[in-house]
Amino acid sequence: MSTGSAFNDEKGGSSSTGEPEYGHDPASGGIFSSDYKRHDDLKEMLDSNKDSLKLEAMKRIVAMIARGKNASDLFPAVVKNVACKNIEVKKLVYVYLVRYAEEQQDLALLSISTFQRGLKDPNQLIRASALRVLSSIRVTIIVPIMMLAIKEAASDMSPYVRKTAAHAIPKLYSLDPEQKDQLIEVIEKLLADKTTLVAGSVVMAFEEVCPERIDLIHKNYRKLCNLLIDVEEWGQVVIINMLTRYARTQFLNPNINESLLEEGGEKAFYGSDDDDEDDEEKKAEAAALAKRKPYVMDPDHRLLLRNTKPLLQSRNAAVVMAVAQLYFHLAPKAEVGVIAKALVRLMRSHSEVQYVVLQNVATMTIKRRGMFEPYLKSFYIRSTDPTQIKILKLEVLTNLANETNISTILREFQTYIKSMDKDFVAATIQAIGRCATNIGEVRDTCLNGLVQLLSNRDELVVAESVVVIKKLLQMQPEQHSDIIKHMAKLTDNIQVPMARASILWLIGEYCEHVPKIAPDVLRKMAKTFTNEEDIVKLQIINLAAKLYLTNSKQTKLLTQYVLNLAKYDQNYDIRDRARFIRQLIVPTDKSGALSKYAKKLFLALKPAPVLESPFKDRDHFQLGSLSHLLNTKAGGYQELPDWPESAPDPSVRNVEVPEWTKCTSRKERKEKKVEKPFYSDSEGESGPTESADSESDSGSGSESGSEESGSASESEESEEESESEEEEEDEEEERTKKKKKIDKIKPKKPESAESEQSSGEEQKRSRKGGKERRSGSESESEEESESESSESESESEEESESDADTKKKKKTSASKPPPKQTKKESKRETKEMSLLDLDDFEPTPSPQVTPINNFLSNSLVTDLEGLSLTDTVLAPTTIAPSSSVRMHELLHRITGEGLGVEYCFSRQPFSPDPHMVAVQIQFTNNTSSETKSLHIEEPKLQSGMRIKEFPEIEVLPAGESVNVVMGIDFCDSTQAANFQLCTHTRKFFVSIQPPVGELMMPAFLTENEFKKEQETLLNGQLMGMNEITEKLTLGEKCQSDHAIIERVTATANLSRVPCGSDKEYSPPPPPSSPVSRFAGKTVSSGSLVLVTVVRKEGGGAQLTVNCEKMVIGTMLVKDILQALTQ
Amino acid sequence: MIHSLFLINYAGDIFLEKHWKSVISRSVCDYFFEAQEKAGEPDNVPPVIRTPHHYLINIFREKIFFVSVIQTEVPPLFVIEFLHRVAEMFQDYFGECSEAAIKDNVVIVYELLEEMLDNGFPLATESNILKELIKPPTILRSMVNTITGSSNLGETLPTGQLSSVPWRRVGVKYTNNEAYFDVVEEIDAILDKSGTTVFAEIQGVVDACVKLTGMPDLTLSFMNPRLLDDVSFHPCVRFKRWESEKVLSFIPPDGNFRLMSYHVNAQNLVAIPVYVKQNINFFDSGSSGRLDITVGPKQTMGKTVENVIVTIHMPKVVLSANLTATQGTYTYDPVTKILVWDIGKLTQQKLPNLKGSLSLQSGAPKPEENPSLNIDLKIQQLAISGLKVNRLDMYGEKYKPFKGVKYVTKAGKFQVRT
Repeated sequence: MSTGSAFNDEKGGSSSTGEPEYGHDPASGGIFSSDYKRHDDLKEMLDSNKDSLKLEAMKRIVAMIARGKNASDLFPAVVKNVACKNIEVKKLVYVYLVRYAEEQQDLALLSISTFQRGLKDPNQLIRASALRVLSSIRVTIIVPIMMLAIKEAASDMSPYVRKTAAHAIPKLYSLDPEQKDQLIEVIEKLLADKTTLVAGSVVMAFEEVCPERIDLIHKNYRKLCNLLIDVEEWGQVVIINMLTRYARTQFLNPNINESLLEEGGEKAFYGSDDDDEDDEEKKAEAAALAKRKPYVMDPDHRLLLRNTKPLLQSRNAAVVMAVAQLYFHLAPKAEVGVIAKALVRLMRSHSEVQYVVLQNVATMTIKRRGMFEPYLKSFYIRSTDPTQIKILKLEVLTNLANETNISTILREFQTYIKSMDKDFVAATIQAIGRCATNIGEVRDTCLNGLVQLLSNRDELVVAESVVVIKKLLQMQPEQHSDIIKHMAKLTDNIQVPMARASILWLIGEYCEHVPKIAPDVLRKMAKTFTNEEDIVKLQIINLAAKLYLTNSKQTKLLTQYVLNLAKYDQNYDIRDRARFIRQLIVPTDKSGALSKYAKKLFLALKPAPVLESPFKDRDHFQLGSLSHLLNTKAGGYQELPDWPESAPDPSVRNVEVPEWTKCTSRKERKEKKVEKPFYSDSEGESGPTESADSESDSGSGSESGSEESGSASESEESEEESESEEEEEDEEEERTKKKKKIDKIKPKKPESAESEQSSGEEQKRSRKGGKERRSGSESESEEESESESSESESESEEESESDADTKKKKKTSASKPPPKQTKKESKRETKEMSLLDLDDFEPTPSPQVTPINNFLSNSLVTDLEGLSLTDTVLAPTTIAPSSSVRMHELLHRITGEGLGVEYCFSRQPFSPDPHMVAVQIQFTNNTSSETKSLHIEEPKLQSGMRIKEFPEIEVLPAGESVNVVMGIDFCDSTQAANFQLCTHTRKFFVSIQPPVGELMMPAFLTENEFKKEQETLLNGQLMGMNEITEKLTLGEKCQSDHAIIERVTATANLSRVPCGSDKEYSPPPPPSSPVSRFAGKTVSSGSLVLVTVVRKEGGGAQLTVNCEKMVIGTMLVKDILQALTQ
Repeated sequence: MIHSLFLINYAGDIFLEKHWKSVISRSVCDYFFEAQEKAGEPDNVPPVIRTPHHYLINIFREKIFFVSVIQTEVPPLFVIEFLHRVAEMFQDYFGECSEAAIKDNVVIVYELLEEMLDNGFPLATESNILKELIKPPTILRSMVNTITGSSNLGETLPTGQLSSVPWRRVGVKYTNNEAYFDVVEEIDAILDKSGTTVFAEIQGVVDACVKLTGMPDLTLSFMNPRLLDDVSFHPCVRFKRWESEKVLSFIPPDGNFRLMSYHVNAQNLVAIPVYVKQNINFFDSGSSGRLDITVGPKQTMGKTVENVIVTIHMPKVVLSANLTATQGTYTYDPVTKILVWDIGKLTQQKLPNLKGSLSLQSGAPKPEENPSLNIDLKIQQLAISGLKVNRLDMYGEKYKPFKGVKYVTKAGKFQVRT
């Protein structure tokens, strides 16, 4: 902004006074010199020592900026205050700096060092804010500094700083596009981030910097899908739009069979709606086609659809629209319908939202009419709607019209025609015309209605009707000569040029139907020729020519006259036309060869015009985009690619083992394949599982898999497919069900292979951990006795195995049941706890966790070591006579028709996937006949939750019971896992809900480590968020350390932290502040859970829980409190 | 994303500008003014305007145009939704979103805008995070600030941004713990001349005012959740719980917020609480017209219908109205051509009636269409769909909160065609 314009602005500003803070300032709006004077006093204030004066000055300066006035000459005075202690002054200085740095590059550099210092601040919020301002300063010279800062921030331990880094990327890119390659590296790194905070921002950066690098998404695709629901709403929009594009490049068209159909039927206008409406028929057809060419949806494609669906309920219109467009572009036809309801809901919103939504609905209704038909009435127009909304609603109504609803729609249109809003009336008439062309049955009705409108008093209405009638008549002129006659009469009254031209054209075209009237019309027109508009003149010439050819006797002279008039017209188009036509029709000596064909030329049959929606084919733009709205490509628009012919390799989305895992290469290869269905974080943990000494041992079972890696991975893949298919089952059509049944047979193989592997591991474990096992529970002995006959603790039923196959399975299942660690289950009702649950599974990969993960890694061996360690540590606990692990009922034997199912949390690591909580399930067959093929179907899970099913139990003889173990990844939430338990005859809906204490596993820390972790948790981030302290009075029975330890470990799966002074070995413990510490980490995300109980004199105690997961923390506090106070 | 924002008042003055990237001259608004002129009514200004180098996306709210400048592809709803959030934030901070309020608090507005967008991408849009960063002005605080010279900028760092429940502040404390819920239902309807329902539906919202200490976890359940056909939630609501059990489970934001909005199942017939008998005639000769409107209660479920107001947008040719109302008062504004009849309460005994003549511009042709009537009404203590809150439970905190539920039925877009 130049000073000159600033001066003008100044003046403009003062003339429109009303800014109170300037009312008292006599200098404002004064002459130019006093402008300086005023700035002088601001400078003085900025130089003063008082913060209040500085603040006042800055406020006035910001107010100037807000009103668009120039304050750039204050730059030196302002920039001095960049290091001011007062936080508000500082903030305002930042505002100023960002605004003017571009104009005062050299001076701006003075401030850089302050931000560089800020980047090193221990407080994450200060680091973030420094980076934010630094990257907002558009000065090219600091590009290297910015680059460095971004790179550093991208690996900051605070997710908030990383988010800021993601925001800074597009800023730097716009400042210096040459940095693109380096920035892409940073983006790649941040894309791998697992926090919801970062996800939205980094995808936004991706979209701005390198939207073409779709390959960067592969590895993060599943993670993004799973995180989506927890990302903040703006991020959701960006991610969904990006994933739509991604899916278009990676998956096959789910409607491939239907679209073939569509293409066939598209020509006949109704063909396409027929299959929209007639669902059954369509299904049948689709099924028929599917048989020919089966389509199986990629599980990742399904994942995307499933995870975005709940977002249709968002309060944010942009999110709803983003999901709607995703479904429109990606979902199988049968599923697209779900978006209609949500879009109709948006119509209640602000008129701007309505406008955009209606535009998109209009486009959708052309392709998929059926989906909005039930909501027809929601598009009815109110007289108070703004015109632009009315016209869009009209468009939608027209698109929705079909044989069945046309009468209602026409009745509605009739009310609209009477509206006072004439633009809207004109649009309604056009809409009627379109309905008439599209639906043959009502053509006559519409035509009659339109003819009636010809006697309307409003000229615009009449004119519009004429134009539409002309188009309609062109379709079947023979039957409508009286309408043409009627229209001929109108030429006396109608003045709107377009309408006059249309009438003339009609008469000329169909002059044979009105042989008497036509020449008369020409006569009249010839009279007024000179006063007509150009388009009317052209049509008069046209009419004359046509009449001359058909009825030259009557019209020869008239034609000559008109042509002569036209010859001297002012408009050259008209002169040219007249000359051309004269040559063509009037036979002269040297008339060209063409005149022979004149009749053919003029009276050729003209095809009827197709009245079509302006929204036709707009869907090649991604819906919901700016480009779609404008119907032209906006800058930076990324084309929505067409579906690929054949699906690219889906394995690119499989996530590799992170580099830090110290695996042998061979192991690594195996890992990749086996872990396929799981996500990155699980692998991160499971990596070390296989490392170190367990390798050779476990080789016996699992390594064989890697040797024949080809076959193993293949079967694994098919399993993955079938698994996800099961989940989508309810949505899939029947045909896929059929297919699936065939598929289902397949997964058995890999599963049994896997169970073999795990059983191998289990055996090994039982060998190694013999000592601990001696604490022996019934389930253990069951394993020893293999399958002969076993007693289960609770049911004590005889069980005899015959089938060898079942034996093997049983071995697996039986080997897993836990050695009961004499930890009591919480006695609390589980129901209440779920209420506190948050869908929060944001893993916080802050550096302090990683090392713990390393040394806590639940590799088999470490686990065993850990367990043995616990044994000693928990020595006092084990002495205590404690009840066995508490069983919960899953299915009562009465509701289960004789099949009783109970479960317990065995507190054993679940070896196939360390992120899962092992649940031991005991089936008891109380009936007199045998129950067959017990298995799990259709898990309905919260997002992110996963189930590892137990292998199918083929036969459970009458009166027998059997134990199996399944794994559930609860994602650190106490939401119930719902699934169906199926027998060969029945299905039962059941759900397992974990108490919060079961969502964690013991972690082994020394006292010092414990204190250190506690401190980092406290200081590093979140501050008070992750510490909860409660005072309590200990219950009568737990006044001793011993009892406390027992109760706490019973409530939660935590391990005792040995005290440095070895207190627990010196009973009785010293009465002075006995502190008990417990440590664990959540199973799914590995967040630390630290519990401290400080016993005070007089039966009081203080309980402190530190956990990054606030919800887990609060619930745990409640549980422990209850356990201790009882 | 969003490049710049201009706030323009009804008179066409640009009274605030904010740039998130490099500065764009305010002359870009000329394109907007052009479109505004073309559209006439502010409602008809297209929300998206194309200019040679930029795109202008605008909303009109509280007599202010929020015009944002966009340079590249961005979902238009993204911007529109954001601009509405900005307007709501002003409302939240200053009690009203008006030109005067914005000008009075221009520094706070600027700070807010600075925090809400970073490089044009939304950063913090949750009211509670922003309130931690920038304290809303109150009379008391502004007085204290002037005396002590302290600032209205939060001294503490906003941790809300980092929490997993970004909508709730930590350490909220109240002496009276209360949670109020308003179930507000609106009837959208179109009735035709004869009084038959062309289209009717019920849209509802549950607005909450929660002032509870600590981190309460609330569960709200309905007696008849099946009534609800389509719902949308505040992000705090656990969707899965709703899916499986049809209860609303959430950790509430602090203060006022909209918990959910819903649409009542279309199969349920909508009870129309009032009927309207109307007769409006315009005569060819004598340039006059007659108007006769009677309003009466219909299906009111035994409650009183209050605040009944009939609004009629008269055709342009109507110059004045000479009417008598048996109940309430009427006004006719000859400039905007709006006739408002404020009836008040409807009673069974006496049906309010408005009758009289309209005088038209002489010589002008009589209007073809009779104006439609827009009805406004309110029924206390009734949710017309029959929706009932069953219970509200609180977990996670020890104290006993005071709970309250209020039902109101209102007319939404309720129109009678004539």
